[in-house]
Amino acid sequence: MKSVRGLKLTVSAAIMAAAATTATASDVEVLHWWTSGGEAAALNVLKEDLSGKGVGWQDMPVAGGGGEAAMTALRARVTAGNAPTAVQMLGFDIKDWANEGVLGNLNDVAAAEGWDDVVPAALQEFSKHDGNWIAAPVNVHSTNWVWINKSALDAAGGKAPETWEEMVSVMEAMKENGITPLAHGGQAWQDATLFDAVVLSMGNDFYKASMIDLDPEALGGEQMVEVFNRMATLRSMVDDNFSGRDWNLASAMVINGEAGMQMMGDWAKGEFLKAGLTAEEDFVCIRFPGTQGSVTFNSDQFVMFDIEEGGDAQQAMAASVMDPGFQSAFNVVKGSVPARTDVPNDDFGYCGKKGMADLAEAGSNGGLFGSMAHGHAAPAAVKNAVYDVVTAHFNGEFEAEEAAQELVNAVEAAM
Amino acid sequence: MKDRLQEWVPRLVLAPSFLLVLLFVYGFILYTGYLSMTDSRMLPSYGFVGLENYQKLFALRHWNTALTNLAIFGILYILISSLLGLFLAILLDQKIRAEGLIRPIYLYPMALSFIVTGTAWKWFLDPGIGLENVMQQWGWENFEFNWIKDRDFAIYTVVLAAVWQSSGFVMAMFLAGLRGVDNEIIKAAQIDGASGFRIYRKIIIPMMRPVFLSAFVVLAHLAIKAYDLVIALTGGGPGRATELPATFMYSYTFTRNQMGIGASSAIIMLIMIFSIIVPYLYSELKSGEQK
Repeated sequence: MKSVRGLKLTVSAAIMAAAATTATASDVEVLHWWTSGGEAAALNVLKEDLSGKGVGWQDMPVAGGGGEAAMTALRARVTAGNAPTAVQMLGFDIKDWANEGVLGNLNDVAAAEGWDDVVPAALQEFSKHDGNWIAAPVNVHSTNWVWINKSALDAAGGKAPETWEEMVSVMEAMKENGITPLAHGGQAWQDATLFDAVVLSMGNDFYKASMIDLDPEALGGEQMVEVFNRMATLRSMVDDNFSGRDWNLASAMVINGEAGMQMMGDWAKGEFLKAGLTAEEDFVCIRFPGTQGSVTFNSDQFVMFDIEEGGDAQQAMAASVMDPGFQSAFNVVKGSVPARTDVPNDDFGYCGKKGMADLAEAGSNGGLFGSMAHGHAAPAAVKNAVYDVVTAHFNGEFEAEEAAQELVNAVEAAM
Repeated sequence: MKDRLQEWVPRLVLAPSFLLVLLFVYGFILYTGYLSMTDSRMLPSYGFVGLENYQKLFALRHWNTALTNLAIFGILYILISSLLGLFLAILLDQKIRAEGLIRPIYLYPMALSFIVTGTAWKWFLDPGIGLENVMQQWGWENFEFNWIKDRDFAIYTVVLAAVWQSSGFVMAMFLAGLRGVDNEIIKAAQIDGASGFRIYRKIIIPMMRPVFLSAFVVLAHLAIKAYDLVIALTGGGPGRATELPATFMYSYTFTRNQMGIGASSAIIMLIMIFSIIVPYLYSELKSGEQK
């Protein structure tokens, strides 16, 4: 009896030991949710670069949309005291983890490669904690894009709208032409993506005051009422069957001409290119009217955890992520733009080049802001409180004045 | 020696599972209760804040929506499932041919998971591809059935799918109850000249009180913990119109980084379950003593 129990203990100890040593000193274990074809191919560039430096790659993909499942998995790993080397992360999640005091330090590699000079300050807000580099930004998605079907636009007058009024008249013309003006999916984050763009179109100062500083006067003020009125106008441009639709299905509606335009971040570009469409010929990419020169962004970053062994591999990985060659190769595939501003734009298409130019412009004139809808303007609790109000208004539960007032209450309750 | 062995073997065999249940069920209930009084956000933290989370919880519009939805969903779901189940059971009880074939047909929806039920009904109810579209293609141009896209009616589609899933199971419970009624009593009533309807109403259904109680307890706890059906069917939408306490609890605890409020909503759900289960157990134990 005793020997059997002893054997069991040995076996389980051996299993635990094996599990603990799967990531050896020269490996990096990476938790991410880039599992779709294009994303996985983009990540492969990084893997190969690292294996060239003698660093192995332990893949830990946790699939699922915006990474909710991955974040749950991460919680379990960190609580168990076994953090991965690097984790793909977004926005305020990074700050939350940094506040837990479990992240590593990349100051040496950052200083050696001069990250401070090439990464826009608004991004550094997330990549640094207490002045120390904790994460390597991979890309910048900007969310205030409008994707328009070219032939639908031509039928509606042919001129890409530059103001809100022009936008409304284009959409009305599209309606008369018998198509749905705005392809949209009724999911809270998509409603909030529209909301972001409309708020930004009221001016940089208003976006900063309401979404970043969460100033109650801006959140409940007249301009916010106007924002909700515009949201109601956008709601009237959507088909009846919109609720619950996924964003890529909305993109498909624009691609096949069933709908005129979609307001979505630049990950939508991939859908258009995959369908064989060409920018400027088959589809048009513009900034949401009134937001040219400003950008709301979200940025995927590899956050480095404080681990006992393998610090060298971790530093090597951070350097590879920030390598201009990787930044270019990855972002061409992903549809986003590089997180450092000194990457040559030769390999990018029309919309990609425009995205890079806009990012540089917004970064230099103070018009670069984290996106509320994508967790870069406020913590998760506040973000979701805003979602609640925006989506309730979009579905007709509130009038504009009520919605603005409710927004103040909801944000206050979530703080 | 043998007596002592007989005494100890059951205890030894039960001990591991007893300990596991003690730790992983009751231990974590206590832990959740404690978390609900802390300032936990993303990870558990132990700053004690008293009942503040409960105050915040009941001030939340979102939580009130969830409770209202639970009331609508719970009442209709339990009522319709029970009535429909009873009706089907009575029909099946008429000594019909091929009962063995028909019974499993009604029972099989129970074999599906709520995710499958939810997805299937989502497609069926979708105005663009489902029932409405088919009816319009068949020529009824004015046919409209867009409840799932209407925030005032979406919760009733959840009831619809849940009733479809569960009424066969309730039917099986009632059928077993009907078969358990003593034939002699029914024959005596027939000799007295009572009609079939009267026999059911005055004799058989009152005798089935324990079955009603069991059905109620099973359905009520299914209603309170309903999560997967809503996620698959409506995703809590349109807007937040079909959120239930279970979906609220998950989103606040795990995606909104407000673990304290999430834990307090879990405790409220536990209290709701207890307020159903405890009277049930009490009445069961009491009737057990009488025997």
